[in-house]
Amino acid sequence: MATASVVLMPSGAPAREIKGRVDDPWLPHQADAPAPLQDPGYVFFTPEEAAFVEAATERLIPEDDLGPGAKTCGVPLFIDHQLAGAFGRAGSWYMQGPWGKGQDTQGFQSRMMPSALYRAAIKAIDEHAVSSEAGKLFADLPAEAQDAILSDLERGKLDLGGADAKTFFKMLWQNTKEGMFSDPIYGGNKDMAGWKMLGFPGVRYNYLDWVDRHGEHYDQPPVGIRGRPGWNSTG
Amino acid sequence: MAQRLPSVDVLLVGFGWTGAIMAQELTEAGHDVLALERGSWRDTGTDFAPSFIQDELRYRYHGHLFEQTAQETLTFRNTPDQTALPMRRLGSFLPGTGVGGSILHWNGQAFRFLPYDFEIRRQTAARYGEAMIPADMTLQDWGVTYDELEPHYMRWEELCGIAGQAGNVKGQKLPGGNPFEGQRSKPYPTPPMKQTYGPALFGEAAGSLKLHPFPCPSGNMSQAYTNPLGVSMAPCTYCGFCEKFGCGNYSKASVQTTILPVLMQNKNFTLRTECEVTRINLDASGTHATGVTYVDAHGNEFEQPAELVIVCAYILHNVHLLMTSGIGTKYDPATGQGTLGKNYCYQLTPSVDVFFEDKVLNPFVGAGALGMIVDDWNGDNFDHTGLGFIHGGYIAAYMTTGRPIETELLPEGTPKWGAKWKQAFVKNYLTSMSISLMGAVMPNKVNYLDLDPTYRDVYGRPLMRMTYDFKQNELKLQDFALGKMADIAKAMHPREIKKSPRGPHYDIVPYQSTHNTGGAVMGVSRRESVVNRYLQHWDVSNLFVVGASAFPHNSGYNPTGTVSALALWAAEAIRSQYLKHPGPLVQS
Ligand SMILES: Cc1cc2nc3c(=O)[nH]c(=O)nc-3n(C[C@H](O)[C@H](O)[C@H](O)COP(=O)(O)OP(=O)(O)OC[C@H]3O[C@@H](n4cnc5c(N)ncnc54)[C@H](O)[C@@H]3O)c2cc1C
Ligand code: SF4
Repeated sequence: MATASVVLMPSGAPAREIKGRVDDPWLPHQADAPAPLQDPGYVFFTPEEAAFVEAATERLIPEDDLGPGAKTCGVPLFIDHQLAGAFGRAGSWYMQGPWGKGQDTQGFQSRMMPSALYRAAIKAIDEHAVSSEAGKLFADLPAEAQDAILSDLERGKLDLGGADAKTFFKMLWQNTKEGMFSDPIYGGNKDMAGWKMLGFPGVRYNYLDWVDRHGEHYDQPPVGIRGRPGWNSTG
Repeated sequence: MAQRLPSVDVLLVGFGWTGAIMAQELTEAGHDVLALERGSWRDTGTDFAPSFIQDELRYRYHGHLFEQTAQETLTFRNTPDQTALPMRRLGSFLPGTGVGGSILHWNGQAFRFLPYDFEIRRQTAARYGEAMIPADMTLQDWGVTYDELEPHYMRWEELCGIAGQAGNVKGQKLPGGNPFEGQRSKPYPTPPMKQTYGPALFGEAAGSLKLHPFPCPSGNMSQAYTNPLGVSMAPCTYCGFCEKFGCGNYSKASVQTTILPVLMQNKNFTLRTECEVTRINLDASGTHATGVTYVDAHGNEFEQPAELVIVCAYILHNVHLLMTSGIGTKYDPATGQGTLGKNYCYQLTPSVDVFFEDKVLNPFVGAGALGMIVDDWNGDNFDHTGLGFIHGGYIAAYMTTGRPIETELLPEGTPKWGAKWKQAFVKNYLTSMSISLMGAVMPNKVNYLDLDPTYRDVYGRPLMRMTYDFKQNELKLQDFALGKMADIAKAMHPREIKKSPRGPHYDIVPYQSTHNTGGAVMGVSRRESVVNRYLQHWDVSNLFVVGASAFPHNSGYNPTGTVSALALWAAEAIRSQYLKHPGPLVQS
């Protein structure tokens, strides 16, 4: 068999020159496996911030007869770890100035990376709650008052100082759905409750037997990247 | 100072789909080829194995396989009077990076354009009169015909093992295929995919309305297939993690599954990864390319001389690289003079969502190109008299995925979040589907690409600026098509339907398609195009620009069939004509 030659360029540059067949892809560090959440506690949010996110996400996807809500499903923990990682730092986004507000059709234009946006927005929302709701933080308000504040955020009707309310709401709602329905390795979708609620079987990857079964309910339970609880100790 | 490297015969900028086609065609003909790819090496076992590839958060939302805007992006505005702002996050389109390019994470919806497309100006004027073409529609013929491209479409389909039902082979109409398609020399290499319930219901409804439904031509394999290069693919398992993901089953046509295993063994091929080309260099005459400058991952700069430079960097980077290298004449929307950047087009994709009360569709049993299509309102397949627009689009019922973050079909009036949202999502998830339009976009005088005056990339080059909006032709087509889609939807006897139009203004945030086209268009004269009918630059004859950048308009189909046919057509011209007698292939 021909061998792959991975050659360093002149001057020791890191570019990779590949000539011939790449026979053995399994070099150390080569398989592009994901990084599961390790720490089961909050690493980014302060206790007050965590209380806000727990309360807000639970209003966005509340517990009811259909199944658990965002809080039980681990959405706040998911968001916390996302903000502590590359997403929180806007690691892959173009963040250079100048910064203009622009049209809605031009998309995200905040100077703030997500971790900074959450921090600033939560602080401003709690300050607003304290001043307008007799000294209570968002997390301590009744559900209807929380919903009213979330609606105001959604419509851009709350002034959050530096942070843009609509931008923050969009991000919070998107991250909430991500935490509810992404693979459990990232800390949300606990016990695959989000998937079970919908009837989504997860990562099974082969449905050939089901192509012809028009109209039949799929009858297998969901599986995640790490399998299912009971398959292994990590669950 | 850039370090100067030894010269090569043929240099490819970018190693995605067209780069791989060019590399295979030209090494096979005995030429030494070097490809420079900005991203890293990627292969099935290491990078998209089914032990981890089905991760919606990581690949769809964090864009693990896509271009990152921190690396390269563009600025955008709807109209020339607005200030363009950077696309800070990917949204409307998701270009690829790394070995294999965008086709690595495509759907596999594998269409040809219509004969009408290539002669659109002439045929439209002949049928309806010149007055049918508005003054601001910069419509032009391509300089190549369907019949000239047909053998290359066929080769592309054989290379990729496209699964489909032919409708017109050598003039003979075949049942179950697309009766409107251009004449084919052969049937598809493999039979069509089997349909799941949703597309089957659409097919029945369309048939009951006397339309002509046919299965989507598919780059997801309907059976095991070995292509003419000897590379084999396995049957698709309808995994539902197709578009925006690499395929862990070797079932989706891509660079990795059709060309790479053979190409890498060609001794005259060299691939250099993590090398981003920043400039195409010209000699003092400005009519001859001497090679390129590139930067590696550490920031070291190299000058790579070459006899022939072929740009295969995806439409957006093809055009940007020409602009930042100062090659060609900038298009000016005020005067209509100049060609570089003109006729930027996209795709119009409104939909009608269909909600059943009790029909279980299992949307997660899906594949990128699984679906039924009607072509009755595409191209000039119907009479446009009095409609106020030209062209059209195909109407499709796809079942590509049930991934739960992305798949959210909700009836009219559903709140956007909260308890009622949750109830509606759960109630409709298994029993709803979408009918969509792959609408054509006609070129317009003020839809164009140029360089941004303010924003810069990591190399200090100006970002490309996109000025684009839906115009009258698109908005009228959309109204017309939504009516037709609703008719089919109602014939499926659902509980309810919901129309989801685009616009009125183009929005760069929601994903629509990675079907950007134009900016370095082909044509019959240097006055109206950047490249000639062989994709050779009019001003610099040892420079070819390959990709959808050459499309003078975008048709009502996905682009890659035509991108591939044009690449193979250009490769043949380079092999059989250019390399024997370097110089312009068309005299202007
Ligand atoms: C999500 C998605 C779904 C799609 N679905 C379909 C579909 O169903 N049907 C269809 O017909 N089409 C589809 N497409 C479009 C299809 O992928 C493209 O038409 C096709 O890949 C274009 O080939 P290309 O060679 O022009 O570009 P690419 O395949 O993108 O290759 C370009 C390569 O050039 C590299 N590059 C760019 N700039 C530089 C530089 N300066 N230096 C070095 N390298 C560079 C890039 O990293 C990339 O690898 C889809 C695309 C996406 C992203
Ligand atoms: S749907 Fe089929 S072709 Fe697409 S990724 Fe899954 S197995 Fe591969």
